[in-house]
Amino acid sequence: MLKYLIKRVLWMIPLLIGISLISFFIMHLAPGDITNNEASFNPKSSEESRQKLRELYNLDKPVIVQYGLWLKRMGTLDFGNSFASHQKPVFWQTTDKDGNVTKGMIQEALPITLFINILGLIITLTLAIPLGIIAARKYTLWQDKSITLFNFIGFSIPGFWLSLLLMYWLGVMNNWLPISGLHSINYESLDTWAKIKDSISHLILPVIIPSVTGLAGITLFVKNGMLDVFHQDYITTARAKGLNEHQVVYTHALRNALLPLITIIGLSIPGLIGGSVIAETIFAIPGMGKLFFDSVMMRDFPVIMGILTIGSALTLLGNLLADIAYAWADPRVRRGVVRE
Amino acid sequence: MVQNIRLNRLLPLLPIYVVCISALLSCGKSVEDTTDYNKQYPTEAGGTLIDASTAEPSGLISMVAGESASSAISSHIFNSLLKYDKNLDLEGELVENWQISSDHKTITFKLKPNLKWADGKPLTSADVLFTWKLVTDEKTRSPYASDYQLVKKATTPDALTFSVTYDQAYAPALDSWAGLQILPKHLLENQDIHTTAFARNPVGSHYYKLDSWTHGENLKLSRNPTSVLGAAKIDKLVTRIIPDNSAQFLELMADNIDLMALDPIKYSRIIPARPELQKKLALYKELGNSYTYLGFNLKHKPFDDIRVRKAINYAIDKQEIIDGVYLGLGINIASPYKPGTRWSNPDLQPYSYDPNKAKTLLKEAGFIDSDGDGILDRDGKPFSFEIITNQNKEREKSAVLIQRRLKDIGIDVQIRAIEWASFISRFIKTGDFDAVVLGWSLGLDPDQFSIWHSSQNQPGQFNFIGYNNPQIDQLLEQGRLEMDIDKRTKIYHEFAKVLLEDSPIIYLSAGYGLSAIHKRVKGIDSPAPPAGIGYNSHEWYIPSPLRRIETGRNEISAN
Repeated sequence: MLKYLIKRVLWMIPLLIGISLISFFIMHLAPGDITNNEASFNPKSSEESRQKLRELYNLDKPVIVQYGLWLKRMGTLDFGNSFASHQKPVFWQTTDKDGNVTKGMIQEALPITLFINILGLIITLTLAIPLGIIAARKYTLWQDKSITLFNFIGFSIPGFWLSLLLMYWLGVMNNWLPISGLHSINYESLDTWAKIKDSISHLILPVIIPSVTGLAGITLFVKNGMLDVFHQDYITTARAKGLNEHQVVYTHALRNALLPLITIIGLSIPGLIGGSVIAETIFAIPGMGKLFFDSVMMRDFPVIMGILTIGSALTLLGNLLADIAYAWADPRVRRGVVRE
Repeated sequence: MVQNIRLNRLLPLLPIYVVCISALLSCGKSVEDTTDYNKQYPTEAGGTLIDASTAEPSGLISMVAGESASSAISSHIFNSLLKYDKNLDLEGELVENWQISSDHKTITFKLKPNLKWADGKPLTSADVLFTWKLVTDEKTRSPYASDYQLVKKATTPDALTFSVTYDQAYAPALDSWAGLQILPKHLLENQDIHTTAFARNPVGSHYYKLDSWTHGENLKLSRNPTSVLGAAKIDKLVTRIIPDNSAQFLELMADNIDLMALDPIKYSRIIPARPELQKKLALYKELGNSYTYLGFNLKHKPFDDIRVRKAINYAIDKQEIIDGVYLGLGINIASPYKPGTRWSNPDLQPYSYDPNKAKTLLKEAGFIDSDGDGILDRDGKPFSFEIITNQNKEREKSAVLIQRRLKDIGIDVQIRAIEWASFISRFIKTGDFDAVVLGWSLGLDPDQFSIWHSSQNQPGQFNFIGYNNPQIDQLLEQGRLEMDIDKRTKIYHEFAKVLLEDSPIIYLSAGYGLSAIHKRVKGIDSPAPPAGIGYNSHEWYIPSPLRRIETGRNEISAN
């Protein structure tokens, strides 16, 4: 098992280098660089100063040389500084000689996005599993049909449209929830309890909307998994033994039906890290999706590469964890790994 | 498969659900607000003004940040030597007066006495000299350094005097000193301007100082008690970062922000249609120093032919573009200056819409429809070209209207909208285009050397249309040397006349800058003076009965 793990972790290194190389080249395929942004199209700015900037950032060198320089820096785990955002460190905070701490861009954006998305995933799962079970048990009955319809609607409604509608209804017409942002303007002056209430009220819409619109897939997965399992011999055996329906469904069927979910959750890890540009823009949340989108539009190469590298590292790690979880949950898989 | 069939059976039910949801959504009622915001109140200090910005500034040292989100906030924190008054005439901000030497090469600024930074340290000519050295430093990556690099010598004979000498008279110099925000030497000396923590924690001398900056959420400013220009009325300025325009508008409707920039639809359709918004929002429009144009690549045939350029100018109905794209919120212009200001030549008339004249001119230029396909041709080649523009809705729509009008006179036009960075590096820089729809946002000085002078057409420079007219070159050079404002005005009036006659670009419209401000904010000039409504924002005030209740989240203010 340990040997397997070490092998998997070591494999990640060449994989990461490969991913970064491809990303780097694709990133440079898009025309333009940081000196071409809209703010630079000002008749008061000069081409000489833009050229100076390109030289400073090595943007005048061939792409392969730039990649070499980037890889060399990465060798010391230095993600570099943003071109666009006042040289902010891309990944983690730095402290200057006077003790001023400048926070890293990913350091600031990642926790917010992770928090919102993990919360959303938990809500999705807590809703989807019971819904899936009900739909499978009441297959073709009205309960199944309503759940399917509900999911179908949630899946078809564009998230941004639903968001704006709910923002208007809950925020403008009724003043029940804040419209955008993470905290109120007077957050600092609130007491602890009010702060918690304030944060929760700001998170309700950004967390609930993606969970509801994302419900369909997982519910369907659980339902189909359950239906598959219901047709297995061991369920027939369990029923023949005279176990009650509750035991059949929750002890014997559910555990097997949930196995594929591990894969699904493993696959959702890039999404957890990546965040959603649209949702973050609408709700004014300074998360990863917005950061990535802005850096692409600004051609802020160190930030783009930083996000891609950390994103792929975390994704590979997530896949590994999913595999381990699978092995832990399913003895058939575990035996296969150990034998290897 | 089974699933699909079930879904199909349920599909007809969908409208019922939609109706249910809409019914649910419409059952809420808005909070009744009975305050009369139109009532007049005496001027008083205090209160909080909440603004929204679509982008977060990268830092508050605007000479290196370069973006508008940064200068919008830093202009509340830092002073310049000079500023523009209500009528766009220069006046002293940090300086009491300034003198230009008889040879027009030296400008001597006299600072006001007893100026102080917000931290209590004196602000002297040493700070001004330091700022000039910083912006012109080899290592400083400032896109706007070129104006200041023309200074050959800068001296500080005493703590209140700062003097700069140019190689030759440079008329735009004064404007450039209105644009340079003076930074404190004692805090920035020996710091790397690009990484210094000062950019996120600045100390200035203007009406406001930065209190806090929450990443991605808001920046809070409060009144600077030692402000060199006296105290502003409003206590606190909060800028919330709300990237999405629709979300910003919802926040405005819910009374969580006090002002935002509007697009024509919101300005002339949405707000006027809603009495509850009209009751609390005041709308403002002001002409910006910007315009949209159709520019030709003058190196490409047939745009080198003045008859062709003029024909296209006559063939485009500009009023149609202003009405259709800007909902009438723009004006037709004849010179590249803000109408109504000194530099704009009042005698010039825009090209009228005259398709027959256009056809005649094209015929003279040798374009006839010889094969009867509806497209003019010359030497067997049809008159067909491509307009490119960046992904900007208004420019795209303008291009579509141009396309249609040119089709009327037998010119075939294709349109392509391209993402900004690709647009610039792949097409503009390489000169690989026929025509562009773009806009210029200009400064307040009339000098447009970098846009029109024939020396400025290298890749990356701003005369990318390849304009080359010796008369224009000469006028631009003269205009830079002439310090006398009346003579200078004459030069730029002549410049605009020649430019209009030559028609290297077609002015499409100068759109109004539109904004909505909550009526609780008083003291705003309306209609907007030439400098725009923001020129006296330090005199705006919010009477205490109209203020938000500071503790509530998004309470409607007290009655």
